[in-house]
Amino acid sequence: MDIIVCVKHVPETAEAEIKIDATGKAIEKTGLVFDINEWDDYALEEAVRIKEKFGGTVTAITVGPEDADSTLRKCLARGADKAIRLTDTRFEDSDGYAIAKILQSTIKSLPFDLILTGALAGDDGYTMVGPILAELLGISHATMVKKIELDDGVAKVNRELEGGLEEMVEVKMPMVLTVQTGINEPRYVSIMGIRKAMQKEIKVLGLADIGLSENDVGEAGSWIKIEKMFVPSVEKQAEFLKGTPEEVSAKIAEILRARGLI
Amino acid sequence: MKEIFVLAEHRQGQIRDIAFEMLTKGKELAEKTNMDLTAVLLGKDVKKHAKTLSEYAKKVLLIEDAKLENFNSEAYQKVLSNLIKEHKPLLTMIGHTSFGVDLAPSLAVDLNLPLATDCIDLEFENEALIVTRQMYGGKVNVRAKVRKSKSYIVTVRQATFAAQKPTMNGEIIETPSPLSEEITEKRFIEYVLPPPGGVDITAADVLIGIGRGIKDENNMPMVEELAKAFGGVLACSRPIVDKGWLPSDRQVGTSGKTVKPKVYIALGISGAFQHVLGMKNSDLIIAVNKDPNAPIFSFADYGIVDDLFKVVPALKGKIYELKGQKA
Repeated sequence: MDIIVCVKHVPETAEAEIKIDATGKAIEKTGLVFDINEWDDYALEEAVRIKEKFGGTVTAITVGPEDADSTLRKCLARGADKAIRLTDTRFEDSDGYAIAKILQSTIKSLPFDLILTGALAGDDGYTMVGPILAELLGISHATMVKKIELDDGVAKVNRELEGGLEEMVEVKMPMVLTVQTGINEPRYVSIMGIRKAMQKEIKVLGLADIGLSENDVGEAGSWIKIEKMFVPSVEKQAEFLKGTPEEVSAKIAEILRARGLI
Repeated sequence: MKEIFVLAEHRQGQIRDIAFEMLTKGKELAEKTNMDLTAVLLGKDVKKHAKTLSEYAKKVLLIEDAKLENFNSEAYQKVLSNLIKEHKPLLTMIGHTSFGVDLAPSLAVDLNLPLATDCIDLEFENEALIVTRQMYGGKVNVRAKVRKSKSYIVTVRQATFAAQKPTMNGEIIETPSPLSEEITEKRFIEYVLPPPGGVDITAADVLIGIGRGIKDENNMPMVEELAKAFGGVLACSRPIVDKGWLPSDRQVGTSGKTVKPKVYIALGISGAFQHVLGMKNSDLIIAVNKDPNAPIFSFADYGIVDDLFKVVPALKGKIYELKGQKA
């Protein structure tokens, strides 16, 4: 079973205070910690588990700058066999559609049975790369996957629906599956794994190597062009309680007591 | 006359809220731009829903086929692709739901039409589509221009537009299914319900909601003790279930439960809309987060910008003090 995992190198923003940069179209990236996109982390783990069960190879691919090597090294340390980085200044400002075209042009000449990626990326949240990639490759797909059972050319997968419900669907291989968080428990990387990963080669390809033109990628090749980024206006703001932890606790306790909740 | 299509999503015999939300927004757009609003209903034995939808749209396009009984992106893509080619709507609106995200991207590629996903607002400027969407988990919004086209596809975020009361009396147009061949690549098997858990968070008066800010499983006892002090129950946002620290029946939000307790105390929850949708109607919301710009503070009644690991023990002490008990 040859598996390709598409991963993205993204800034961690869940816990960080973020600011809009001078262009007004992006966030200020300096000072942010970058790592593998959380959804892709689960996709990679799922790929490695499938390889461990059925044999074969795992190839991690990313579209990103040179810094994205740290995400690819993480993939290699966790069990990927090969890594490819697609880097070109002309790839910048690509939306999910342009990214999917870049991936498709690379993947079409590689052997694979299964492509896994995250259901979405935590930065732009397009939720489109996987199924677009499948359509461009002319293969089937299933998104928001919480469970995968492979058996003789087909996969039975559970897709997450709203409200805690799932649906089980059967999909024919080869296929693209996009993974929802919580599908597995990604493993920790061993020191040995990191050392081994440092010695592995990361193949780097650019626009000319994948047979696309300038108009296929970047803003020119995208569906979406960001005009302006802004902090959402808030209709309502909480009343902030100030003071030491003891003081704010006393205030909360008083609010709750007044409502008969204590 | 140009049309706006709204795909009427249904599941287990019910039209889903997103359909009415999109029809409301679709009506506003159609009126502004002098277009017709058309609901598209695909399924098996769904005629009864066509009547309901006709009160929200100028037209209802109905296609019945056994192959459309359960949602199947392959079957839906074939039928919708046919309808869009035939009617050439300026805009096709699909919910940014689990079904919608399985369908819209490949449909857009199939038709070679631009797609904007997870939109929270839409407007036309001379037939050019401008969308608003969120990035970085809702911390920022972007206004974006969609590549110029004669026809656009969007997915629309759930619970963004409030569905309004029906005002129309549309025409129901049933057409034969274009699906001649079997659907071969994808097959629906069954719905899977999560195993029932021991605790019903929807019945609790006091919920302590925990999120990513808890950081480590070793910090769980601290919040469990706080819940105990209140006589409340622990609930959580998605990352806590993903990590396996609480079972999935404790999850609040779009992929979990909707709760409305007397008080919801959000600890280390940033307030991504997926979570907020499940708890914003609580009677009282108190949030503790160290990021003063965390979106949760625009839904909370009271906010504390501080380290939750300092606030939680102090609060626990104060509750026991008020109750006249020892911690």
